[in-house]
Amino acid sequence: MIKAILIDDEPLARSILAEYLQSYTDISIVQECSDGFEGVKAITQHQPDLIFLDVQMPKINGFEMLELLDTPPAVIFTTAFDEYAMKAFEAHAVDYLLKPFSKERFDKAMKKWKEHYEKPDGKEAIQSLIESASQQPDQYNRVVVKTGSKIRIIPMHEIQYLEADDDYVKIHTADGSHLKKKTMSYFEEVLDKVQFVRVHRSYIIQIQQVTRIEPYEKEGHLAILKSGARIPISKTGYPKLKSILGI
Amino acid sequence: MQAPELSNRKMIFPIILLWIAWGTLQAWVLTWSGFLLQTAIIDSAVSNGLLMGIGLTVRNILRYYRPGRGRFFYMFVWNFCIAAIWIGVVKWALSQLITDPTYLAFLYKSLPVRFFIAFLMTGWMALINWLLFSFEENSENEKRKADADKLSKDAELYKLRQQLHPHFLFNSLNSISSLTGSRPEEARHMIQQLADFLRGTLKNDEKLLVSLEEELHYLQLYLDIEKVRFGHRLSTEIKYDELSLKLPVPQMLLQPIVENAIKFGLYDTTGTVTITINVKSENGQLAIAIQNPFDPQTSQSRQGTGFGLSSIQRRLYLLYARKDLIETKAENNLFTTTVIIPQTA
Repeated sequence: MIKAILIDDEPLARSILAEYLQSYTDISIVQECSDGFEGVKAITQHQPDLIFLDVQMPKINGFEMLELLDTPPAVIFTTAFDEYAMKAFEAHAVDYLLKPFSKERFDKAMKKWKEHYEKPDGKEAIQSLIESASQQPDQYNRVVVKTGSKIRIIPMHEIQYLEADDDYVKIHTADGSHLKKKTMSYFEEVLDKVQFVRVHRSYIIQIQQVTRIEPYEKEGHLAILKSGARIPISKTGYPKLKSILGI
Repeated sequence: MQAPELSNRKMIFPIILLWIAWGTLQAWVLTWSGFLLQTAIIDSAVSNGLLMGIGLTVRNILRYYRPGRGRFFYMFVWNFCIAAIWIGVVKWALSQLITDPTYLAFLYKSLPVRFFIAFLMTGWMALINWLLFSFEENSENEKRKADADKLSKDAELYKLRQQLHPHFLFNSLNSISSLTGSRPEEARHMIQQLADFLRGTLKNDEKLLVSLEEELHYLQLYLDIEKVRFGHRLSTEIKYDELSLKLPVPQMLLQPIVENAIKFGLYDTTGTVTITINVKSENGQLAIAIQNPFDPQTSQSRQGTGFGLSSIQRRLYLLYARKDLIETKAENNLFTTTVIIPQTA
C-alpha cells in the first residue's frame, strides 16, 4: 500500500483531495493534518511516499515545514498561490495544483508522481526544491528550526550570531543555540546586509550585538558581543565590519 | 495655447460702446471750443477710431502672447512707439480731411496733449487686458489642476478598494468545488454568498456611504464564506447598538480590516480563533474595534508590514483628510484595530 498524507488548513480542501484519491485503490491516506506542526509529526511517524501540501498555512508555511524534515517525501503542492511564484519550483516538486483544480488535472499530477516515484533521483529533487523555496521573501525575516521534536520560529532580529558547524549552521540566540542544515553563504545571502555581516569564514554577526572590537594577537581582531561572546574577525572581515560601522 | 473662455464676442460690444461715448465726449469738447460739428466729428472719429483699432489689436495679441512680468520696460517702449505712430497717422489724415486753418493750427498745438492721452490710453488698455487674460489663464490652470487631482484621487480610491485578495477568491472556489461532490446544496448556497459578495466589490462608487447595517450585512456574507472555508476554527462575535445601525460608513471599509484580522489570527495560531467586532457611537463619531488573537512570539517580524492596513489608512485619509482615523494596539495576545468614522451631520 502507498501511504499519503494530506496537509492543508482548510478541511474542504482536504476532503476534495480525499475524494479524488478514492479512485486510486493502491493509495491510502494515513493522516490528514491542518498545519505544518502536525505535518512534521505525521511525516516523521508514518514516513509517507507522497504528501499533498498547501503553501499558506498557520504558523509555518509549507516550504518551512519541508525544511524541518530530515528525509522529505515526494511533494505535490496544492495552492491558491499565484502561478508565477510556483513556476520557480516546477522543476523540483513533483507537481503543483492550483486551486481549484479538476479531477483531470489531479490525475495528471498523479501520473507525473508515479513516473517520478519509480526514478531513483527523487530525493535530490526535493533537496533542491527546499533550496529554492528558501528564496521566498516572507522567509527572509525568520528562521524555523527543530530541536528534537520542538519547532521554534526565530525572528531574524533575535539572532545574535551564526557559527559554521560542519554541514550545519549554529544559530545563537538569547535562549540558546539551534542547528539548521544550511550553509553560511546561504545566510550571508538572505540576511539583511545592513544588520548582519560575515566577519569570518565561520561567523556572521548582528551589528547591533557588537559592544567593542579588540585587537587579538598580531594583526587580528575580536568582536565582543553583548552576550559576552568573543567572535574572531578575519583579515577580510575587518574592513567589511569597519565600513558598515562607519569607522 | 487655446484662447481663453472670455471671448471677443462677449467683450467687444461694451468696448465699442465705451469708445463711442469717449468719441462723443471729444467731439462735444471740440464744438464747445468753437469748431464746426462736422470738423469735430471727423477729428473724433479718426483719432478714436484708430485708437480703438490699436486697442483691439493689442488685446488680440495679448490674448495669445503675454510678455513676462519682468518685461514692463519693453512694453513701455512699445507703447511709446505705438502712440508715436498713431499721432503721425492722425496728423496726416486730419490735415488731408480738414482744410480750416484755425483747426490745423489747433491740431498742431494739441499734438503733445493728444500724444500723451493716446499713450495713456494704449498703456491702460494693454495693462487691463494683460491682467484680465493672466487672471483667466490662472483660473483655467487651477481648474485643470483641480480636475486632474480629483481624477487621480478617484482612481486611487478605486484601486484601494479593489484590493480584494485573489487568495480568498481561489480558496473559496476550491471549497465550493469540494462541496459540489459531497454536499451540493451547501455548494449552491456558498456560490450565492460569493456572488453577492463579489457584486458588492464591483460597485464602483468609492465615496458612497452606506448605513452601518448594510455594511455589517455585507461583512456577514464575507464571514459566512470564511467560516465555510475554515470550519470550526473560526468564530465571530459582532456587537453593536441599534442606534448605530443607521449611521453612514464608507462602503466596503470593514471587510479588508476583518480579512486582515482573520489572516493574522488564523495564520498565527493553530487553534480556534474568535474575531470580535465591536461598534460604538460616541462623541458624534462611530468607533469600530476589530480584535484578533495573535502570538507575540512569532508575529513580531510581521509587524513591520503594518499588518496590511496602510491602504485602509490611505483610503480614510482621502475620504476625510485625517490621518488619525485608524489605530492599532497589541496587548494580552489580542490585536485590536480601531477605525473612527466621523459623523458630520
